[in-house]
Amino acid sequence: MATQTTAVVDRTVHAPRGRVFDVVKEWLTTVDHKKIGLMYIGYALIFLLIAGVEALMMRIQLAVPNNHFVSPQTFNQLFTMHGTTMVFFAGMPILFGFGNYLVPLMIGARDMAFPRLNAFSFWISAFGGFLLYYSYFGGSGMYGAGSAPDVGWFAYAPLTARVFSPGHSTDYWTLSILVSGVGSIGTALNIVATILCMRCPGMKMNRLPLLAWLYLVTSGLVFVTISPLTAAQIMLMLDRYLGAHFFDTQAGGSAVLWMHFFWIFGHPEVYILVLPAFGFASEIIPVFSRKAIFGYPAMVAATVGIGFISLTVWAHHMFTVGLGAPGNAFFTFSTMVISVPTGIKVFNWLATLWGGKIHFEVPMLFSLGFLFQFVVAGLTGIMLSVSPFDWQLGSSYFVVAHFHYVLVGAIVFMIFAAFYYWYPKMTGRMLDKKLGQWHFWLFLIGFHVTFDLMHIPGLLGMPRRIYTYEADRGWAGLNMAVSIGGAIQGIATLIFVYNLVHSYFKGKEAGADPWDAWTLEWSTASPPPAYNFAETPTVESRRPLWDLKHPNDPDSKYEG
Amino acid sequence: MSNVATIPHSAVGEWKQPSKGVVGMACLIIAEASIFIIFIVAYLYYAGKSLSGPTPHEVLELPIFTSICLISSSITVHFAGSALHHGKRNATSLWLALTVLLGGIFLVGTGQEWYQLIYHDGLTISTNLFGTTFYSLVGLHASHVIVGLIMLSLSLIFSLTGQMTSAHSEKLEVLSLYWHFVDAVWIVVFLVVYVFCR
Amino acid sequence: MRLFPASIVDFLAAQSPTSIFSPSATPAHSIFDLSMLVLSITGGIFLVVYGLLIFVLIRYRHKPSSPQADHEPPQIYGSMQIELSWTVIPILIVVVLFLATARVIFSTESIPKPAKRIDVTVIGHQYWWEYRYPKLGVVTANELHIPVSSASDPLPTYLTMSSADTDHSFWVPRLAGKLDVIPNKVNVMWVDPQTTGLYLGQCAQYCGTQHAKMLLRVYVDTPDQFAAWVAQQKKPAADDTSVAAGKAVFEHNSCISCHTVSGTVATGRFGPDLTHLASRDTIASGAVKNTPENIRAFIDDPAAFKPGALMPAMHLNQHDLDLVTAYLTSLK
Ligand code: HEA
Ligand code: HEA
Ligand code: HEC
Ligand code: CUA
Ligand SMILES: [Cu+2]
Repeated sequence: MATQTTAVVDRTVHAPRGRVFDVVKEWLTTVDHKKIGLMYIGYALIFLLIAGVEALMMRIQLAVPNNHFVSPQTFNQLFTMHGTTMVFFAGMPILFGFGNYLVPLMIGARDMAFPRLNAFSFWISAFGGFLLYYSYFGGSGMYGAGSAPDVGWFAYAPLTARVFSPGHSTDYWTLSILVSGVGSIGTALNIVATILCMRCPGMKMNRLPLLAWLYLVTSGLVFVTISPLTAAQIMLMLDRYLGAHFFDTQAGGSAVLWMHFFWIFGHPEVYILVLPAFGFASEIIPVFSRKAIFGYPAMVAATVGIGFISLTVWAHHMFTVGLGAPGNAFFTFSTMVISVPTGIKVFNWLATLWGGKIHFEVPMLFSLGFLFQFVVAGLTGIMLSVSPFDWQLGSSYFVVAHFHYVLVGAIVFMIFAAFYYWYPKMTGRMLDKKLGQWHFWLFLIGFHVTFDLMHIPGLLGMPRRIYTYEADRGWAGLNMAVSIGGAIQGIATLIFVYNLVHSYFKGKEAGADPWDAWTLEWSTASPPPAYNFAETPTVESRRPLWDLKHPNDPDSKYEG
Repeated sequence: MSNVATIPHSAVGEWKQPSKGVVGMACLIIAEASIFIIFIVAYLYYAGKSLSGPTPHEVLELPIFTSICLISSSITVHFAGSALHHGKRNATSLWLALTVLLGGIFLVGTGQEWYQLIYHDGLTISTNLFGTTFYSLVGLHASHVIVGLIMLSLSLIFSLTGQMTSAHSEKLEVLSLYWHFVDAVWIVVFLVVYVFCR
Repeated sequence: MRLFPASIVDFLAAQSPTSIFSPSATPAHSIFDLSMLVLSITGGIFLVVYGLLIFVLIRYRHKPSSPQADHEPPQIYGSMQIELSWTVIPILIVVVLFLATARVIFSTESIPKPAKRIDVTVIGHQYWWEYRYPKLGVVTANELHIPVSSASDPLPTYLTMSSADTDHSFWVPRLAGKLDVIPNKVNVMWVDPQTTGLYLGQCAQYCGTQHAKMLLRVYVDTPDQFAAWVAQQKKPAADDTSVAAGKAVFEHNSCISCHTVSGTVATGRFGPDLTHLASRDTIASGAVKNTPENIRAFIDDPAAFKPGALMPAMHLNQHDLDLVTAYLTSLK
């Protein structure tokens, strides 16, 4: 790929480096969406590593039956912290980070709609993560080391009541989620306002890059799902501090109500996490197939459809609670219906590949991994949605395997793809391709060893959240293999981290448009100047850079 | 592959997009409404399920006067907005003052009600499920009234000191959207707490 | 409906005493049959989609040597017919799946209770199970005995479940799917085991520190065995004078505030009923075998087997420990 000359005066790269203090101050006080995006991403990466290490510790404990590597209390804290951290402090911020960075660039805007709110949202979310881990010190007073919350990431009542969870660790859990939820709502609001109000001239809604559409729907979901969680956390605080009885079963309160409130949040939450990953896929797959996305209007409609249907399925996490036959039947149906719009997406990606010229660059490798794995994860989801089947599979390692297949096999894979794809834009340097391939293949192998095999103990009756198990159950060999797979993933992750650091200093210069791509972010310098675009761009189709590169056959001719 | 510079600027007719403030406030209102819905669902779910007294029927009285005050403050804030739009500064201040006053009366009413409930009827948040759901729902609403009143009072001060001009009328518009929302929520809370579940 | 490879299923059934693929009661059977259908359909979808994906990757990979390598491929923006087909076909599949599922849901959850049945009240406690047979006058813990049920003379057992503290879940995979055991809520589940034997399972809802060792043991007895067991459990506690000293230690310690031994001053309900402790195979809800050594060690320090169990270390001296152990071992 040829070197570039850009018309944009590139000030960021060559600006003399200030003293450390100035740099720190600049980042701490910035309201620039790119810097905030990068801080989100960096912060999330740190938590991804921490939660990954927690996962590995669980895997060491479970590798052999009746192991004594950690105590039951510690194990219970580990899965609580792992789940909470991964979902709230790795998954959410990394996606918001990419959203912050990319959305304004892709729609030709100068910044987010409310830059200061943006900075506020980041810092308050960051404070939430700090609070969660502070529980290790503050959970039962400063002396009580190792007193992190141990109520599980969905913290079912009444285990969270003062009687069953004394001390402050559960309060730190509640507070951290409450606080970071405020940040999430702030960022989502910002993304919606940016997309609806800051598009460059010509960027009609039906020309919006799919990534922006997916962030729009994700953000919409944030309003209607994080808020119920916030409400439920407020109720829990009232119970714990003011002696209210929302979830106090002794006073007539209901444990099931908490489950409903949590999963009204919890189910759409998993789509909040996966939709941005769909967004990355919808940008990356076309570029490396050298074809326009197949069926853009259907993709948008499917996204909106998933958004709405996802609000009606929450009780599929509660099939074993005793909802009664009609309830189980209803939620079985609504859950299964989600496979229709999701299937449309999968098939449209497939059709995008069809007839293309597929380049197996590293971002594309990860995207293809995503595509294969997401299908399996979705199909195990369908098995779980069959409520009688779920009476067997629910709360077993089959569920753990199902959701890691989506959360790791789909989302983490797409996050890695996004790193390889947009890192050149963010830093001006390419990530090393050799290391990237090592990272991909090792992670792929580790992933499959871990999570393919993990389904089986579930079928053999192994419940989740147990710190140890009996030797006579036939689970031992499988668990050992699963743990080994986890270690392989760990090694692959270390290669990735090394690549991030190494390529920042030694990577190949990227130029403005290393992938020969079509959306607006590739029209400005890498990294983009503070003001993003020297001149506000104007667009006439979904792929403005395609139009520019193929003046004889512009996209705008084909858009209905 | 090809070199890319900036995208050329070509004329694209009229380019209009919605106002950031309104969109932002609409998002906030959706989020807040979701919070209220959860509290209302909890109220309905636990209605009549308390294991001990007092019951709503024994202790609640219809806060009709204060509710009328709150609802009418929606009208006054609307007039404040249109006065500002037409550049009538004194009228703006007057309408804003009236809004703050009406909202304040509502808050005082809630305060009195709570005082009565706590000190005479012995109902606190930890008494029973009714107390739990009642104080949290009405309290959540009252806290929104307080936030609204603070914002409105600030606008009133800006208006009195002449710092608010018709250039700010969109901002006041956004604030009044919030205030309408707080009033609308009260109608629902009123119906649920004082009418259907009493 | 054995489209799904039977060999895999049989293999998995043989791997574990808790495999969902070797059902032994009607609820587990109907789930098993349904799961075979679901696995076949999802397996079919899997094969089709993977086949297409692999074909596309091979057929349409970029070939640098081809003369067309530098040209962009033809751009295709969509196609109404094709998109319609992959909307409609999944809808049809969903409808089929749903109807099959609904049948099993209703046939398991919405059938009238037969008059001839065994009723058991199951109460989940943090890390152990309490079983009461209200009509038979039996109270026991951790090891559930039920009679076998035959096709000609069905005798299902109805488990009426609730919790004394946090959420639990009753899961014995070979008998039925799990059902949660929730405070302030009553759930009912039925099983009609077709073969005698011991069925294992464990609590499947995280309930606190020792969730992992809240194991389930269901003994399916022949009608005669079951009748004998009931008669035995209804007897008052053994009162063997040779262990009177141990009984005295038991009664003079706080044991009695948490445990019941019928016919004595011990009427506590916080811990398991010990009236017929010695008739059980295991203690501490399946955590260890019921041997005098284990009982002794458990009383000395429950955390040795079950860290986090809600019984405090009793700090009895060695002498008293021996006496109490002897007493408990006599409670046949
Ligand atoms: C991003 C995350 C993500 C995603 C996308 C999904 C997607 C789906 N999930 Fe999953 N799920 C989780 C994350 C996710 N899930 C998590 C974290 C949990 C556990 C939480 C916890 O307990 O801790 C969970 C748990 C969970 C349960 C509860 C299990 C239990 O605890 O008992 C169920 C039950 O129905 C379920 C179902 C589904 C379904 C039907 C989908 C569907 O959206 C899948 C749709 C996709 C496809 C079906 C594939 C593509 C489609 C085609 C190829 C078309 C043709 C197909 C058909 C016609 C079938 N999930
Ligand atoms: C985005 C979400 C996400 C991700 C990515 C992961 C990733 C992984 N998870 Fe996790 N997991 C959850 C979300 C996620 N998980 C949730 C929500 C739960 C439920 C919690 C609950 O029940 O409450 C759960 C539960 C869960 C369990 C079940 C615990 C139980 O029920 O008892 C297990 C067990 O194996 C597990 C394992 C793993 C493994 C091996 C990975 C691997 O993919 C991890 C790979 C990554 C690494 C290994 C990082 C490596 C880093 C280093 C080695 C670097 C160290 C260096 C420095 C610090 C510089 N997870
Ligand atoms: C504070 C309450 C409490 C006291 C006091 C107490 N126990 Fe327990 N005991 C329990 C609980 C709870 C369990 C169940 C532990 C588990 O399995 O998780 C239990 C279990 C047992 C068991 C195993 C029962 C079974 O069926 O598996 C024995 C035996 C036992 N206790 C004996 C004693 C003796 C002897 C004493 C007095 C010296 C005593 N306990 C005092 C609460 C108590
Ligand atoms: Cu009881 Cu887990
Ligand atoms: Cu879900």
